Amino acid sequence: MTKTAAALRRPGVRTDTRTLVALGAGLVVTLWMAGQIEMNLFMAFVLWVLVAVRVVLHENRAALTGTLVALAVWAIVLPFFQDSGGGFLEDATQALALTVMALGLNIIVGFAGLLDLGYVAFYALGALMAGYFMSGFFSGAGGGEGWSFLVGEPASTLPGVHLNFLLVIVIAVIVTTIAGMLIGLPTLRLRGDYIAIVTLAFGEIVGRLVLNGDEIRIGGQELTAGRQGITPIDKIDLPFIAPFTGLELRPWYWVALAMVAVVLFVNYRLRDSRLGRAWIALREDEVAAASMGVPLVKTKLLAYGTGAAFGGISGVFLGSYLNTVNAQQFEFSFSIFVLAMVILGGLGSIEGVMLGAIVLAFINFNLIPDVFNDYPQKVGLDFDLTELSFGIFGFLLVIMMVLRPEGLIPERRRQIELREHVGVGATTGVGGDEERYEARA
Amino acid sequence: MRGFIGEYGLIALLLVLPVACALGDLFTWKDVILDFNDEPTLARLGNNVVDGLSNGAIWALVALGYTLVYGIIELINFAHGEVFMIGSLVTAGFFGTLGLTAATGVPGLALGLLVTLVLAMIASGALNVMIERVGYRPLRSAPKLAPLITAVGFSFILQNVGILWIGGSPEGIPDLIRAQKELFNIGGVSIAQGDMLAVGATIPLVLLLTTFVSQSRLGRAMRATAQDPEAARLMGINVDTTISLTFLLGGIMAGAAGLIYALYQTTIWFFQGFQAGLIAFTAAVMGGIGNLQGAVLGGFIIGIIQQISDNRIGGEWTPAIVFSYLVLIMVFRPSGLLGEETREAG
Repeated sequence: MTKTAAALRRPGVRTDTRTLVALGAGLVVTLWMAGQIEMNLFMAFVLWVLVAVRVVLHENRAALTGTLVALAVWAIVLPFFQDSGGGFLEDATQALALTVMALGLNIIVGFAGLLDLGYVAFYALGALMAGYFMSGFFSGAGGGEGWSFLVGEPASTLPGVHLNFLLVIVIAVIVTTIAGMLIGLPTLRLRGDYIAIVTLAFGEIVGRLVLNGDEIRIGGQELTAGRQGITPIDKIDLPFIAPFTGLELRPWYWVALAMVAVVLFVNYRLRDSRLGRAWIALREDEVAAASMGVPLVKTKLLAYGTGAAFGGISGVFLGSYLNTVNAQQFEFSFSIFVLAMVILGGLGSIEGVMLGAIVLAFINFNLIPDVFNDYPQKVGLDFDLTELSFGIFGFLLVIMMVLRPEGLIPERRRQIELREHVGVGATTGVGGDEERYEARA
Repeated sequence: MRGFIGEYGLIALLLVLPVACALGDLFTWKDVILDFNDEPTLARLGNNVVDGLSNGAIWALVALGYTLVYGIIELINFAHGEVFMIGSLVTAGFFGTLGLTAATGVPGLALGLLVTLVLAMIASGALNVMIERVGYRPLRSAPKLAPLITAVGFSFILQNVGILWIGGSPEGIPDLIRAQKELFNIGGVSIAQGDMLAVGATIPLVLLLTTFVSQSRLGRAMRATAQDPEAARLMGINVDTTISLTFLLGGIMAGAAGLIYALYQTTIWFFQGFQAGLIAFTAAVMGGIGNLQGAVLGGFIIGIIQQISDNRIGGEWTPAIVFSYLVLIMVFRPSGLLGEETREAG
């Protein structure tokens, strides 16, 4: 840092050379990226300005509130600057739906510290509810005429069961919450990573049930449509708004954004509630939490139930948005994908998980298939990068994790621990949490 | 009461499937979920068990790698399945280089296979050590879940290496040992050459590994590090080297498993490691993670369950059956079959 920069540096204002260089580089990268992913350049620039203000005025409360409000407004008006049927909105909507899931998983893994490797089960159940109650799957319903409730044309005239999107969300929340608690039950006696494998097992079992459900018949009705998948699914039909279509993506984006807003609100309120503190106490030290009067069973089951419900909500939305309940999606790798968002963003950090989800979703849906694959041809090379997409994703995961092991935006509690050198394995740091706390005591 | 269920309920649970098959076969029951024989004979069940043991031997070798690594740094090494896959690919590659074909004579074949085995072991072992060095060591003091994500990252990278190497679809390789050829037949139960190879190669390897870990100086260092890395370091043990050694051993076992898999299944695929990794990890947990004998036992049990399910229920349900078993075992014995109860679990 130069002398002038030091003199310029007042509390709350960061204008040292390093920050400025980083911001400059950030602007170039942002604009380049925006061009690649078909994002509006002006909106990308505004996003950069917001981040820059936040970085420069880093400890200023008013600036923080201001940028957050501005960011919310930015996210709401973004679709007006984009092509309504374009690839950018398509990917952004999916990224938002995945953010909802990542925030749900964050409650289980980040807050309560229960490693869940089977989160895909809740996605599957949510999507299945969309398949059951928003499509022609139950072809015998209403004597073959179809049965509908609170939906408009054309869904109300088709065979099968057709319920309103919001009703299906409620059903999915109930089903996934119960499923989450059921999956949680056998793990109550388990320790650490055994929980991981049991949840993984449930994820695989649910996935298999959906995939092979056409072999199971209950009273002549198949359980699922098996490998073919259930399609088409009704489009979202909200009161006072014209039914959604597959061509106009803006309403979908706003619905997804609204879901994220609701989930964010619930996340923040829960984190600062009695229950949230109980979760964090549980994560830090189960025995100590129990002796301070935290009811272990209830607290753990509530974590599973709440986290699962978000997966279900997002599952219903994605079922309707993608217009299909494709059983091949419900694989272990999906659970890992969502978990990677949570860990990469910063375990337990709500802002971090959001950022992690958006970054990974864009890498996966946009950067790798669209940008990297076209790149060699643009430079005039005859080289196919499609074959490398797996590897690029893996490489990025490794790099990001090695560079920022605590995640992109670490939880404040963890940041404090790191700054004060408390709780981080001081010498070798090989052991898990137990050793750390023993060493401190 | 709880202890009683823990001890005997588990054994009863494990026996349900084979006993049901045996009874159903003998008394020619009508098919209910399970597919039974029309003639009263136990030969089919015997064949299920033999095939299950051979598959289980491969899972056991892979599971050892999981359990070793977990025992020492409490990390689920997701890339381990891919290390096993690379072992298979290396094997297939050297078959071509050494010019081994189905027509090669017995002495040449034995020598060639031995050379390939050593090379596959070295390749997989070195790869595993490299992954630890690049992906896990820098994250030792990081939050506990961070290395899990680098492990997933390496898993993707290695799968991509597999795709670049042999392409995206399964590739057949020469049936060098005539794996399906019957060696001998005991009352209708046929034991093929592949079965002999799988079990015959696994047992000495497992014995060597367990002896090494329990008897040798380095093995003692490994166990000490697993118990308390800090105290081990104070006693003059080089913790980093010991951890590298653990990864080396795990990789060596995975390489051997890769060779056996290639010879036994005669097909290799870039995705084989992912499935095998899930199964082997399940086996390690079932046996009690961190426990070598437990991993081997778990591997064999899962192999048998898989065969019975493949043969009598339908292959598409096998993962669901295996994982249901796992959940039930976790309910009955939270620390796995041979694992010790930990303080936190009580």
